[in-house]
Order: sequence, then C-alpha cells, then structure tokens
Amino acid sequence: MSNFSRRKLITTGLAASAGASGLAVAVRLADRYGLIPPDYGGIYGPGTTLTYASHRLLTGQSLAREFPANQISRAPFAKLRPFTIEAYDSLRAGGFVDWRVNVDGLVARPSSFSLAELKGFPSRRQITQLACEEGWSFIAEWTGVPLMHILSAAQTLPQARYVVYYSIQRNWRQSIDMADALHPQTLLVYGMNGGELPMGHGAPLRLSLPRQLGYKSVKFINRITVTDSLKQFHKGSYSWYAGI
Amino acid sequence: MSAAQAASARGRDIIFEYMAGSTWLLREAVPATTEAPRHSALVRITHWLTTLCFFALLLSGIEIVISHPRFYWGETGNVMTPSLFELPIPASRPWVKTGYSFVLPDQNGWSRNLHFEAAWVVILTGLVYVISSVLGRHLRKDLLPGGAGLTWRELSMDIANHLRCERPGEREAWSYNVVQRLAYLSVIFVLFPLAIWTGFAMSPALVSAFPVLATIVGGHQSARTIHFVVSVLLVLFLLVHIVMVCRAGFRNRMRAMITSGALSESEHT
Ligand code: HEM
Repeated sequence: MSNFSRRKLITTGLAASAGASGLAVAVRLADRYGLIPPDYGGIYGPGTTLTYASHRLLTGQSLAREFPANQISRAPFAKLRPFTIEAYDSLRAGGFVDWRVNVDGLVARPSSFSLAELKGFPSRRQITQLACEEGWSFIAEWTGVPLMHILSAAQTLPQARYVVYYSIQRNWRQSIDMADALHPQTLLVYGMNGGELPMGHGAPLRLSLPRQLGYKSVKFINRITVTDSLKQFHKGSYSWYAGI
Repeated sequence: MSAAQAASARGRDIIFEYMAGSTWLLREAVPATTEAPRHSALVRITHWLTTLCFFALLLSGIEIVISHPRFYWGETGNVMTPSLFELPIPASRPWVKTGYSFVLPDQNGWSRNLHFEAAWVVILTGLVYVISSVLGRHLRKDLLPGGAGLTWRELSMDIANHLRCERPGEREAWSYNVVQRLAYLSVIFVLFPLAIWTGFAMSPALVSAFPVLATIVGGHQSARTIHFVVSVLLVLFLLVHIVMVCRAGFRNRMRAMITSGALSESEHT
C-alpha cells in the first residue's frame, strides 16, 4: 500500500468516526432542546426532523402575521363533511350551555370548563390566515382564550412536553409541543368575525394555531390532555409538525 | 450566394476555427495518456441526485396539486372565491368543482412527506453544487457565457443553430454553447431559487419569522401560484434538456454524465 493511500485511508476513517460521533452528539443535544419531532422515525423521518428542528431554531416565539380588518375574507370556506353525533346534536340544541372541555393528564389540577367559564378568562382577538394543506386559505378574525391561560389554571407539571386536544368527532385529535401550546397566538376559539363561532368552523370551540396548517386547528374541542410522550397519541400519515 | 448562405458559411468557418482552438487547448491542458474527465465527480453526483429529487418532487407535487387545482393571486383564495386560473383536471377533494363526476383518492399524506424530504435533499445538494461551482472554476469556466467567449456574433450564431435545429457540433462535446449556458444558468440561479423561495413563502411558521418571504411575492396564494408556474417551466426545461441530450448523442453524453468516460473520436459522430 502506498503512503498516499494509507494516509487517505486513515484520514477517511478518522473523518468518518468523527462524523458518526458528531451526529450522535447532535441527536442527543437536539432531543434535549426539543428539536426532534415524535414522528422522527421511518423513511420520511429525516425530512420532517430537519424541518421541525430548523423551524424551532429559526422561528422561536415569532408571531404569525396579523392583518387589518379590511383583509378579512368575505367568503371563509368551511370544509366540513356532514356528521351525525347524537351527543353533539343535543348539546347544540341546548345552545352549547352544557358543552365542557376537560383538561387532564400531567396537570396538578385536572379541570373542566364550560364555555361561560372560558369566556371569563382574558381573551384575545387576532386576524390571521388559516391555510389548508390542500392549498386554499382565508383570513378571519378569531376570538378566544389563549391556551396558556387554561394550562396555567390546570397547573401543568414540569415534565409536560406536549398538549393533545380532541374533537368530539371520533378518532380525531392532534397535538402540539409546549412551545406552541404556550404561544400567545394559540387560542381556544369561541368567536369568529365578531359573532359566535359557526358550526362549519367548529362551534362551539376550536383551536387557532396560525403558525401551522389548518389540520392542526381541530374543531369541536371537548378534551385536552397534557403528556410527556406522544407514543400512544400520534398516528396517521400526515406529518405531526405542520409549520411546513 | 445569398446573404443567408454567406452568413451560414461564415458561421461554419467560425465553428472550425473554434474547434481547432479548443482541441488545441485541451491537448495543452490534458496529458495525452489520461482521458479528459468530461464532468467532475461533484457535478455528476449532484446532477443525478437533483434529477432523482426532481422526479420525487414532480410526482408528489402533482399529487398535492390535484387536491386543489385552482390558483389565485394575493393573500387568500378558496372554492368560494374566483380563481386566477384552474387546471382542467379532476380533483381529490369533493368540494372542488371540476366538471368531472368523480373524485380522485386522497394521497396527500405520503405526497407531502416525500415532497418536503426531496426538497431538503435538493436544497442541500444545490448548496454544495453552487458553493463549489462559485468557489472553484466550474461556474466561470463552464457556465458563464464569458467562458465560451460571449460575443453577440457567437450568441446569434448559437441561436441560429438552435432555430435551424442543427445537431450540436464537435465543439459542444467539450464545452457548453452559449444558449445551453444561459439555460443552465437560469435553471440554477433563477428557477430553482424561485421554487425554493416560494416554497418557504407557503410555510406559515417561516413566514411568521420572516414575513418578507410572502409579502415580496404578493402573498400566500401568489407564492403558491408562482411555485406552480416555476415547476411547469422546470418541466419544460427538462423536456428540452432530454431532447438535446438525445440529439447530441444519448449514449456518449450519458456516459460522460454518469462515469465521466471521455468521448473518443470514433464514438462521437
Ligand atoms: C430536472 C431535472 C434536471 C435538471 C435540473 C438538470 C440540470 C442540468 C444542468 C444544470 C446541467 C449542467 C451541469 C453542469 O455542468 O454543472 C446538466 C447537464 C446534463 N444533464 Fe441534466 N438535468 C436534469 C435532468 C436530466 C435528465 C433526466 C437527464 C438524462 C436524460 C440529464 C442529462 C444530462 C446530461 C447528459 C448533461 C451533460 C450535457 C452535456 O454534456 O452537454 N439531465 N443538467
């Protein structure tokens, strides 16, 4: 073996092992700083992990764009497949006075709030764009309570890492990390464009999460669970993180 | 002899002159015993990685666009608002009126995952390619028209050759002609960057941190429309690109782009 190729072999070997251990350290650090999404595995894991990590590093607590009132869409499309859920229909018939949202999981005070109680919290209005993964979008004014107020009322425990929220529709839930859960624009919405939240847009309670695509803004929310692991919660083929 | 004939005869003379010049240069630069590498390893690897990703992006992009084959200008747009233009194709969502009586299956889950994964590979590959081409000699020597001696005469001759559908000559076996250089440059420095920019401009998270991503192109829906138009232009480039490779001699050019085996005189016709 010539001197040259031996040297080349040694440097390549060193570089490869440095690279491998560097990668291992990077993964450990990334996990520690919350840069690894729950769906990091599988063939699409690298892409979704790079997206999530780079967004977490680049966006921090940035605020989604808010628009002037004259940019509110006159025709906000409500995509909704008709459904019949007895419980929902009877709550609706009663004007949703009996609608409750339960907060459980890693909280010191598991709680349950009625709509009137939610409206008692400090509220926020924001005119933001809702963009669907299909490609369409609209701008609306949303009124609601920032999720962080609900979480602090229920006293989330220090080990909390994710917040799962459920729709009354069967098998429909989504989840976000604490960075988004505690973001000031993450609202539990009960009003839209100055009126009540319409049925098509998730009456009586939906999420507004303007830094992610529409499928994370679940409608008809009646339960919130705080957790430290999404192992049993996240499934489906859509990417968990939808900031794109 | 008509003026046109005279011009084309002059053009031929210039080609011969040029050929003589470039073979001489090659002989000078390359020791006679080794074969001249046609494309550097870096160019070949990044080229085929980009091609692979482009097909992944194209397939997944088509899957995604059929979920809403309507386009808008400005910030917002949906099935309740008028469109800028619509594609005459069926959709994978029942609420989009297409004129077709059926709805295609929803494939957006894997499509979106594949799209973003391929986008990452294309961006990283492109960065490696552009940075090394700018720092090295590739950009100046092989891609900028100056490297081929850009003169108006040269350019009009190249365009005329293209219009006359002349087969690429011997000269192009060793160096890209001016039209080819301009096409590559616009793909590398205009179309791909625009596709990436407008892709970022559709990300609500990135736009929250850098609103200029969306505002400079006219809004979220404008970004989506530009992204689509740029993709169509890239597909057109790809079609012309493949036709030109075939016309120039598919086997030789492909061998050069894959293994970098140099062209031998007998093989090159
Ligand atoms: C969207 C996909 C593609 C893009 C963006 C693309 C772009 C390019 C670019 C920029 C170059 C110049 C490379 C340089 O010197 O730095 C090039 C060269 C080349 N490409 Fe592609 N390409 C694509 C797909 C293909 C495909 C599918 C083929 C094969 C059929 C192909 C065959 C070649 C060959 C043979 C060359 C060398 C041309 C020559 O030596 O004259 N490319 N391509």
